[in-house]
Amino acid sequence: MPLLHVDDVVVRFGGVTAVNQASFEVESGTITGLIGPNGAGKTTCFNVITGLQAPTSGRVLLDGKNITRMPVPRRARHGMGRTFQRLEAFGSLTVEDNVRVALDVHEGLRGMMRPDDEATFQRIDELLDRVGILGYAEERADSVPTGTARLLEVARALACNPRLLLLDEPSSGLDEAETDAFGNLLLELAAEGRTILMVEHDMDLVMRVCHEIHVLDFGSIIATGTPEEIRNSPVVQKAYLGYSEDETAELPVTEEVAR
Amino acid sequence: MSVPILEVVDLHAAYGRIEVLRGVDLTVPRGAVVALLGPNGGGKSTLLKVISGQMDKTSGDIHLGGVHVSGAKPDDLARLGLTTVPEGRSVFPNLSVEENLLLISYAGVSADKVYDTAYSYFPKLKQRRFQLAGTLSGGEQQMLAMARALSSDPALLLLDELSMGLAPLIVDELYETVGQIAESGVSILVVEQFARTALKVSDYAAVMTGGRVVATGEPDEINDIMADVILGGAA
Amino acid sequence: MSEFISYTFIGIFTGAAYAIAASGLVLTYSTTRVFNIAHGAVGMLFAFVYWDFSVKQDIPIWLSLILVLFVAAPLFGVFVQRVLARGLGSAPVSVSLVVTVGLLVGLIGIAQQIWPAEDRSLPQFFRGHLIHLGDVVITWHQVITVVLSVMVAMGLFLLLSGTRIGTAMRASVDNPDLLQLYGGRPQVVAALAWAVGSSLAALAGILLAPVVGLQYFDLTLLVISAYAAAMLGKLTNLPMTYLGAMALGIGQSYVVGYLQDIPFSDKVPGLPAVIPTLFLFAILVLLPQAPLRVGQVKGMVSAPVPTLGTAVVWGAALVAGVMVLASMLSGSNLLLVGTAATYAIVMLSLVLLTGYGGYVSLAQFTFAGVGAVAYAKIDQPNLFGLLVAVLAAAAVGALVAIPVLRLTGLYLALATLAFAQLMDKLLFQSALAFEFNNPLEAERLSVFGLKLDGTGAYAVMMTIFFVIIALVVLAVRQGPLGRILVAVRDSPAAAGTLGIDMRWLRVGLFAGSAGIAGLAGALFAGLRGTIVAFDFQFFASLLLLLMAVVWGVTSVTGAALGGIFMMYLPVAQSDNPSIAGLLFVLLGVGAVILARDPNGLANLLFKLPGWLEDDVYPAIARRLPALSLPRRSRGDDDDLDLTEETPVSQEEVNPDAVAAR
Repeated sequence: MPLLHVDDVVVRFGGVTAVNQASFEVESGTITGLIGPNGAGKTTCFNVITGLQAPTSGRVLLDGKNITRMPVPRRARHGMGRTFQRLEAFGSLTVEDNVRVALDVHEGLRGMMRPDDEATFQRIDELLDRVGILGYAEERADSVPTGTARLLEVARALACNPRLLLLDEPSSGLDEAETDAFGNLLLELAAEGRTILMVEHDMDLVMRVCHEIHVLDFGSIIATGTPEEIRNSPVVQKAYLGYSEDETAELPVTEEVAR
Repeated sequence: MSVPILEVVDLHAAYGRIEVLRGVDLTVPRGAVVALLGPNGGGKSTLLKVISGQMDKTSGDIHLGGVHVSGAKPDDLARLGLTTVPEGRSVFPNLSVEENLLLISYAGVSADKVYDTAYSYFPKLKQRRFQLAGTLSGGEQQMLAMARALSSDPALLLLDELSMGLAPLIVDELYETVGQIAESGVSILVVEQFARTALKVSDYAAVMTGGRVVATGEPDEINDIMADVILGGAA
Repeated sequence: MSEFISYTFIGIFTGAAYAIAASGLVLTYSTTRVFNIAHGAVGMLFAFVYWDFSVKQDIPIWLSLILVLFVAAPLFGVFVQRVLARGLGSAPVSVSLVVTVGLLVGLIGIAQQIWPAEDRSLPQFFRGHLIHLGDVVITWHQVITVVLSVMVAMGLFLLLSGTRIGTAMRASVDNPDLLQLYGGRPQVVAALAWAVGSSLAALAGILLAPVVGLQYFDLTLLVISAYAAAMLGKLTNLPMTYLGAMALGIGQSYVVGYLQDIPFSDKVPGLPAVIPTLFLFAILVLLPQAPLRVGQVKGMVSAPVPTLGTAVVWGAALVAGVMVLASMLSGSNLLLVGTAATYAIVMLSLVLLTGYGGYVSLAQFTFAGVGAVAYAKIDQPNLFGLLVAVLAAAAVGALVAIPVLRLTGLYLALATLAFAQLMDKLLFQSALAFEFNNPLEAERLSVFGLKLDGTGAYAVMMTIFFVIIALVVLAVRQGPLGRILVAVRDSPAAAGTLGIDMRWLRVGLFAGSAGIAGLAGALFAGLRGTIVAFDFQFFASLLLLLMAVVWGVTSVTGAALGGIFMMYLPVAQSDNPSIAGLLFVLLGVGAVILARDPNGLANLLFKLPGWLEDDVYPAIARRLPALSLPRRSRGDDDDLDLTEETPVSQEEVNPDAVAAR
């Protein structure tokens, strides 16, 4: 059984359909890519999965359980963690306190009562070290570079020990070496048994780490496959690059999305 | 060679401490259509925002028609003949079609001329002139946005992601209009994620990634490298 | 039947006046995204200006009207837009709330300064001329008001639909940035909106003043009816606003007319007055939920948080200072010290709620009032009675937070305003509390059998309470809970995805904050011996918010300073009646200036030691080498320099100022 099942989800904003009957699955323990051109509805899908956006119709299943109407915080307790495309670090807290908040919350009342012991700091340092930003531990989160803030969001999500980790464009703002290291981290996390769903524009990274890729276009899944299949798919190339004149004539006339 | 309509020299810009443009150089010759391509997050839209005065640069220069424009507000630039059609639906959804057109007259043309131009290019808009723009289809909304590009008689036209969220056939129609505008001699800088579509109407192309222009050339040359730039190179 | 018809006519008249006021509010808000809490105060001010012109200076009525409605009020609107409201639309809601609350208080101050309290009345238009329709009698004033409201509606329709600038106004509702790309000037559009809005406020004020009286507060608060009507149109829809205003006016008129037929109405004498507020509260609670904001990393620079050790030392110093004062000051001055401690504790409740949590509340004094009333009613002048008072206030705080769980920003703040108004007029005036402004007796507190009769001892005890609560607030800020509060304030979306249920967190926060305010109220009741409803009026909550912003809502020091000045303000006003209004103006101006920096003046104090050490001390040492001391650690410098160099000079002020840090 897949860990996550997005089933026939539709999201309409007024007259605009952002997600149009999207259905896909994420297998447990894999890294799955969700790619597509700008405005294809990727982030909206993430918001539906994490509960920040209620779908117009359709269902979201986590481990076979229907969580479509579950409030946002409860999904976290069911093992879901995410990062954001537009940064959502806690700007007035230090990098280390960002992670500390997550640890406190994750441990519930015990986290609230716990004194600041050595073990906590060690755990925080481990997490920051793991994503490679330990050097920024004491800086305010609104003053670190964008790549660092993204990695911080990853560390913060990991503090809650999620089964399913949703990453929204985690590599933007990272340089090549950092992206490489980040790719290794993702593979490690998957090897630990975590499941990762990732929206990402760096195709090198996607092709390198993903086991499976779903391509979203006009709010619907137009292709699913291995990195190799996706790279060679004419459908995907068209979705990304547009159509040359001779091809246009052969296309089926699709209903416009934004009606 | 005459003075280019737009010249961007070593332009830097940042959101807070996050640098998005890291030294952009770009030239749009008078009367030419230049396509600006590249993956998401490459800085294309930010560049357009800085040129149109919506965002401050941190350093570098922008020359419009040979004149150094710095710190000019978007409304000043608009009245000077810079027409910007931003990303997404750049119409006012709660105004009727005709009211949207009326506002175009702020750019310095009479309202009647705007109506004439818009309705002759897009007869569909005339049928719907009392309808709220927000209730139009995506393609019709983009036509309305293009009506501004057509009737404001710009010195330079900036187009950002016309195709966003639109079906391929509609996108092609819109680009036919872009071609018509270009034929009338308007200089155009067009940002587009669908490389092939934009390259069809352009004279030159530039590719942006990581906040810099990494390649420039004729449409054919650029077309050959785009698949690699966007979908990744060798496995 | 004729009774019914005349109530209906009165309702239509009231509704028409509300509609004029509300449409101005909507026009300003929808064009500039600034909700002008001071809209009513603008109407009040220009009702006074019109009185001055037409009655005092005997300028013909038509000329006075032209001068006020088409010259003074629009110019004032443009001034506000240019000077106060610029860029406010994109600022956080708390900033625009504070700025417009500052404007409100400032305008009341201006009115009091120029037109000191005396009996004034503004005649109705065509007074004495009546229209008889069968048994029903209506006045020309009513007819004119209704006609004017129709004309305003038509005028606004023509402006917004028939002209380019009006179209641009509606366009800037949707997208001011795009309007700029079209070549339109949003600043011009905003200035026009403020000019028209201000003129409409003035018109409403002039029409209502003859009926409700030419009063500073009544006219200012009439705007709550306008808020309610405007809220029905979600602050943007003019036809719905007119509908809301009419429904409200007529409904209110029926309630007033048939009051004796409403069951239990004798138990709640304030009912007719709060119909608009009830209406507002209901609409707020029923409004559809706004989606979670997903934004960018935007931290807030907060005042430095001292270590608990440092805070304990300062707290002990403060208590010692008050002990010394207690042995020196007269009883009435000691009452003032106690009052300052009361206000400082209420300020602490704002530090927790607004400074850390980021929620604006306009009802803190109401919570204090609940605590005071509970303490007086239960008549157990000991720690048990105090605890009951705290719990009662906390329960009321939670009760406010629950129905408005979904609300954020402006709507939440307005809900607290509506709540405060409801409590003022309904609960505090009912048999449960003060019963028509009767005083309530309360005894002084005994702690573990030790009765603190002396005012000096009582003031010291209140100071100790302040210190304890300050320490608790600081401990919360430094602990997990404080981090969570800040996290939720910075990014509600991310906090939610980490598993933080911010709605219940907010209920807890409101309860805690209300509990602290309730404690202050209970202690205050014991201090004074008698309390009256006036002590907890919601206008005081507005002043409190401004004081908090001026002195710093993010630090305990700011709370102490704010408390002292909150106490000192009425004292200074009664000592110098000639500038009483100016002091309000000063406070309003201070809040407007400091609104964008929540750390307030207290933060300047925190910067002082560094400045002294880095700049002043070397300069002195250079000029007077004989005085130069061996360098010490910065911590020691703090003690010395602050006590000597603090710019505040009242003797009661100084120890608090330093100690609460």
